[in-house]
Amino acid sequence: MSHAEQQRGPNHGDRAPGYERLDGHQAGIGSYLIGLGLATLLTIVSFFIARTTLVWQPSIPVALAVLAIAQMGVHLVFFLHITTGPDNVNNVMALAFGVLIVFLVIVGSLWIMAHMNHNMMPMDQIMQMQR
Amino acid sequence: MSAFQGTADRGDPDRLGRGEGSRGRQHSAEHAAGGLASKRIVVGYGFWIFLLSDIVMFSAFFATYAVLVGQTAGGPSGRELFDLRNTGIETACLLLSSFACGLASIGAQAHRGSWFYGAMAATFILGAAFVGLEVREFAGLVARGAGPTRSAFLSAFFTLVGCHGLHVTAGLLWLLTMMAQVFAKGYRADILRRILCFSLFWHALDIIWVGIFTMVYLMGAAT
Repeated sequence: MSHAEQQRGPNHGDRAPGYERLDGHQAGIGSYLIGLGLATLLTIVSFFIARTTLVWQPSIPVALAVLAIAQMGVHLVFFLHITTGPDNVNNVMALAFGVLIVFLVIVGSLWIMAHMNHNMMPMDQIMQMQR
Repeated sequence: MSAFQGTADRGDPDRLGRGEGSRGRQHSAEHAAGGLASKRIVVGYGFWIFLLSDIVMFSAFFATYAVLVGQTAGGPSGRELFDLRNTGIETACLLLSSFACGLASIGAQAHRGSWFYGAMAATFILGAAFVGLEVREFAGLVARGAGPTRSAFLSAFFTLVGCHGLHVTAGLLWLLTMMAQVFAKGYRADILRRILCFSLFWHALDIIWVGIFTMVYLMGAAT
């Protein structure tokens, strides 16, 4: 981190996602190494938990979802270099909108389809009505 | 505008360090008043928007899969079909490939040929291994009579995972193109921007794969 960089206030421009500064190749590799280590750890834990019988079985999907979201965060921060810094506001806003849409599409679909399944007449009654 | 771009020096293409000196202060005031960002930032941001729209498209496939996962029509379920060892190897390939891609983008920024080509070659080999394993898995499923026409569950499975596989295949072609362009044209500013976009694309594919191996394979095998 250079002196000039620490002095940057808000509104000092933007940074492209995935871009890191030229003046620290070692720092760049370090970031990728940390990301690789954390992602590997989270992946191994995920695969272990999926097959374990040590924990209460209904908790496994929840644990897997939490681990997956954590790993996506690791990828975003250490590989795509999305940070909370002032030069990243536009990237984070776009990401937040994307996450909102993804959430609406997936949770909304599951919610609506579960209700429709629940409210549907049993299949044998539908067959009788068609006769 | 022309003076604005003219002072952008090589070591600081985004003029991130423009807080120093009177000229720098003048520039930041200009930017706050609506000055233009550098092309690299505009290109990266635009590609980031595209990637997010791609992820939104994948979310529709994820939702389809989640809705249809129980509709096996008397056919095999994920628990009987999925081989977690294969999925684990695929995951390792893609993760290491993503890491190698990061090294390649550093090598490209440093204009280090051997570093760039070596890391890109590693990225390609690992990505190709991923695609190969996936094709083998798909061929095995079809041979066992569990092709995409067997049940709604399998249709959704092949759509979601196959779409990701197609993205990776397209990424491999793009990777070769970037290596050829660096070879033919050198580390020009526009080529470096394309490499930035490619590395963003490759990392985003790894993020989508995290969703797939968790939701499809691990949850399919656990429940």
